[in-house]
This record gives sequence, structure tokens and C-alpha cells, in this order.
Amino acid sequence: MDTITKMVVINSSKLLPSDVVIKLYESNADVLIKETCFGVMVTGERQVVDSLISSIRKLDPYGIFVKERGFAPGEPYRCRATRRGGARPGFHNLESEDKLLPHIASALRALDKGEIPKLKQKKIKLDIEKLKSIIKGTEVSQ
Amino acid sequence: MKVFIYPTNSLILSDLVERFGHEPLAIMQEVGKKVRSQGLDSPPMNITPEDPKFGLKYAAVEVPSGVRGRMSLFDPLLQNAEAAIVVRDPVISFGCMGCARTNELVNFLLRAKKIPLLELDYPSNEEDAKEFVYKISEFLKSLKPADLKIQTNIENPKTPLIFQKEKK
Repeated sequence: MDTITKMVVINSSKLLPSDVVIKLYESNADVLIKETCFGVMVTGERQVVDSLISSIRKLDPYGIFVKERGFAPGEPYRCRATRRGGARPGFHNLESEDKLLPHIASALRALDKGEIPKLKQKKIKLDIEKLKSIIKGTEVSQ
Repeated sequence: MKVFIYPTNSLILSDLVERFGHEPLAIMQEVGKKVRSQGLDSPPMNITPEDPKFGLKYAAVEVPSGVRGRMSLFDPLLQNAEAAIVVRDPVISFGCMGCARTNELVNFLLRAKKIPLLELDYPSNEEDAKEFVYKISEFLKSLKPADLKIQTNIENPKTPLIFQKEKK
């Protein structure tokens, strides 16, 4: 039996972590659920968790982001409750990426509409010969 | 296909790779295997004195044990990687949460492996994000789809999953 924990990060204007938790409880699946400030953590057998998550994703495909988590929820070595508060390791990356999630959501929406973004042109580095000629041109003759 | 992601704990990359039908290779899987094993010898990550020895495969003995210990975690991911998506200079790799030497070594090993590699920058606005997601989707589409693509049963999650291979 392969037990995993998946982290569901919710960045949606129409969905709250509590709504997702209720849906998860309704499924009556044999999983451990923890509601957090950013979303939900689900622990259970890989197959059960994967299928549950894919059904949850349909509630808001552009507002729900999922990743696996190594530690189970409430793990004493990671949980703030047993570490005298402070952010748990791993939170910082989640926090930095959380700011980008609205942009990613709108990008996914645009992709599904078939919108092709304008690809930025790479900045070409200055040619060495051109640089030499610039230097020569600015040299003050003595 | 198994796609290595860098930063290895990225939520965005992990989600996008899974969304587009591939398997993300993230560090969380390896950490999970370590901490879920019976008997935690060296909490919190269960990196025992044996792990830096596994890291000797990649780095010499005089290299700090932190690098070698981290490389022992990265080893299975690098071995299984069939493609990679790398974000250049992620914020998280700066400071005490990251290890610059390990990150350099991982990026070098990825390039040396000669697997399909996509390099990007983190988006800072909506236009950049559209380009970011589009490039990732095109890159992942160009790869061979995952052999065992999971077909989930939404009505009853307890039922066994049907794999694409079996369906054929």
C-alpha cells in the first residue's frame, strides 16, 4: 500500500477550502483530510487520493492547484504546533508561488480558449566587433 | 513521461506537468519515501549518515556533506528523468532554504544527461504567465505521453483505476 499526502492549494474567487472539505467528506473515501489556510491536505492510498483530487479539481479547474507533500499533516517534526510557531519549511516557496497563481489561472484559461501569446524576442547580445567600433568612435584623439 | 522539475518542490510546475498528462518528478516524493519508512533514525528528514555516502556518486568526499546528502535525495529523480523543466534563478534557491552548489550540480547533470530540457523564467505579470504556460504546454505536448495515464473514476473513487495500457 502506497500512502501519499497531496496538498490542494485553492486560489479561487468562488471556492473556499471549507467547500472542498465538505465535498471530500461527502465522497466517504478512506482518507485523512486537513483544512488549512491555503487549501486542503489529503492523505490516503495513492489511487484513492488521485481519483478524489481529480474530482475535486473539476469544482474549479483554474483555481485549484495540486502537489504532493512528503510529510503527513500534523507531522510533529514539521507542524507549527510542536515547533513553537513560525512558518514551516516549505511554506516560503508556497508563499512565493501563491502570488503567481492568479496569473497562471488566467494563462490556463487563455490556453483553453486557444489563445497563442506573443512570444518575447530574445535580447541579442551586442556583437564584439560592433562594441569595438563604438569604443573606437568615442576615443578622444590626442 | 517522467518530467524532472526545478525548483524541485514547485507547486506550479508539479501541477502543470500533471495537468498536461505527464508524471512530475519532485523532491516531495523522495522525502515522503524517507519519512514514511518505519523507524525515523534521524528526524526530521531522516537523512542518516549513510546518505552522504550515496552522494559520493556525484561529488567528491571533500565536498560538504550537505551537498552529498541532498544529492542522495536527487539521485532517483535524476536517474528516472526523461525530460526536464527548469526555472532559471528561482527566488527559493537563494538563502538558507537553498543550496547553491547542489542546484548548480543538478542543473549541470540535467544538461549532461541530454534529455529534452525547457528553460524558463518565473512570470511576473499576466502576459509572462501566458507565455510561461504556453511554452510548458507545447513542450509537454511534444513529449511522448505517459505510458500509464490514469483514468479516474469520479463517481466512486474506491473502484480500481483503469490504465490506458490495459484499455488498449
